[in-house]
Amino acid sequence: MSVLLDISHIDMEFPTPKGSFTALKDVNLKISQGEFVSLIGHSGCGKSTVLNVVAGLYQATRGGVILNGREVTEPGPERAVVFQNHSLLPWLTAYENVELAVRQVFGKSRSKTEMREWIEHNLNLVHMGHAMHKRPAEISGGMKQRVGIARALAMQPKVLLMDEPFGALDALTRAHMQDSLMEIQAELNNTVIMITHDVDEAVLLSDRIVMMTNGPAATIGEILDVNLERPRHRLELADDALYNQYRARVLKFLHERHSQPDVPATKPVENKPDAPQTASAEHSRPAVETVEDAA
Amino acid sequence: MTATTLATEKLTGIRLPRLDSRFLGSAIKYVALPLAGILVFLLLWSVTAQRIDTSLGKFPGPAAVAEQFDALYQEHQRSREKERAFYERQEVRNAERVAKDPDYVPKIRAYTGKETFLDQIVTSLVTVMSGFLLAVAIAIPLGIAVGLSPALNSAVNPIIQVFKPVSPLAWLPLVTMVVSALYSTPDPVVAKSFLNSLITVTLCCLWPMVINTAVGVAGIDRDLVNVSKVLRLPALKHVQKIVLPAAVPMIFTGMRLSLGVAWMVLIAAEMLAQNPGLGKFVWDEFQNGSSDSLARIMAAVLVIGAIGFLLDRGMLALQKLVSWDKGISQ
Repeated sequence: MSVLLDISHIDMEFPTPKGSFTALKDVNLKISQGEFVSLIGHSGCGKSTVLNVVAGLYQATRGGVILNGREVTEPGPERAVVFQNHSLLPWLTAYENVELAVRQVFGKSRSKTEMREWIEHNLNLVHMGHAMHKRPAEISGGMKQRVGIARALAMQPKVLLMDEPFGALDALTRAHMQDSLMEIQAELNNTVIMITHDVDEAVLLSDRIVMMTNGPAATIGEILDVNLERPRHRLELADDALYNQYRARVLKFLHERHSQPDVPATKPVENKPDAPQTASAEHSRPAVETVEDAA
Repeated sequence: MTATTLATEKLTGIRLPRLDSRFLGSAIKYVALPLAGILVFLLLWSVTAQRIDTSLGKFPGPAAVAEQFDALYQEHQRSREKERAFYERQEVRNAERVAKDPDYVPKIRAYTGKETFLDQIVTSLVTVMSGFLLAVAIAIPLGIAVGLSPALNSAVNPIIQVFKPVSPLAWLPLVTMVVSALYSTPDPVVAKSFLNSLITVTLCCLWPMVINTAVGVAGIDRDLVNVSKVLRLPALKHVQKIVLPAAVPMIFTGMRLSLGVAWMVLIAAEMLAQNPGLGKFVWDEFQNGSSDSLARIMAAVLVIGAIGFLLDRGMLALQKLVSWDKGISQ
């Protein structure tokens, strides 16, 4: 499989009043065309930072991101982002929100009719065809997120970046959205990076689960290949031994990280002197080799 | 008697909403209580007015003011009548001269009668709207620029903060002198006094709009800005599609504040500078010192208040019409 996206030895440091704060240390990940990768880890571990670097919204302090042989230097529609809080423009209807993106990306190459069909096609894909002329305030949280996904898909991105896309939804809606996303994924075979807190979501949706250590100086702790047959059905998988094994593995990782006293999750500035130590400890873990293997 | 019966029949003919408790509640809240408040105010006013003796007679009570409203309207009608008569006479005269001498080019002279109360209201409204619109044209682009650029904000903020609390009365002499110096065409399009009032209004109502627009623009949801970045919207399109609509609620809040300021400033400016308008009307009546003057001034006060209120309501209606944010409070 060819590598589509190469996240290559990324360090991310943020300036703070008390000196620079290392959020990410040597994050290294290669993703193939059509792969669905989840980033999972505790809050504040830097998952979103990784995503923002790939999106081009942040510039890595060291290292870089290469997409299709070209370095990422700025945000762009070929790396569409689905934000956690939908980020629809509240003064536009669902249709107009998608239209803004489609016009920007295909305004020169497609005719008006083609664009209209494409907008409607994408809204239908996320089952929002019936409410495409409603404004965000008039539709539910799940529907807003659907429109957000439609907007991102309509840009025909090379990589779809999703920042906890279902985090703000209730459990039932979330399950629904996950099923929808799997359907769309089966149809379009997008390359996706998704951040999540939710272990079940990660195992259900992903081809690979990238588990991140706690910050500061967070990095990839372990990568788990999920070899479950697609299409996957949540009810059948509930009793599946392999599924539960994967689930347990991720849970165990998260639990260990959480209970490890030398890996601080909060007060980063206070713990700064420890940071390089922690980082080097992470660096020497065998888990990191898994990353190389996977790549 | 028959008229009352007719009116009652008409009333019962209309299908009234069901008199359930909710309707009654809102009727009390929106009709009965305000009416009661006004009645109590009128009562207090007339009682207090009786006890105040000024050199121009007793302070006018509601009845005297109502009388003056009528008198002011009659004056206006008479003045209009005179004006029409003036133009008719002029036309007849000119027609006669043209009949005698076909080469004669008739001169049209404008009527130069004293402005009536209604004329003064119109003048004030035109002035306030012109000054306000000029301020809008300056403040909104400036506010957007300041909101978008933290550097510009740091540079401009001290100036805004210093000029914001300046009273119109302090600006007026400066404005008057500058306008006299710079605006000296022999055939002016607009009167100097109009420009004085207009610029004073603009100077005073600029600041709330600049500040609110800047705050609205600077406070845009980061996610929306990121959407714009991911879409690679060009700068101008970014302002047009994202910044401006996002800041609309705050821009309108600033505009409402500014219009209120503008109206207050205008009356003071007209009064001090003897510019035509309601402020001049008040001052003229004060100088006039007749037994009706106080009642006429009180009438002007009520009109000024009512217009200020209507301007604010108009602005609110416009805000509701334009804004996507439907949760605007009063």
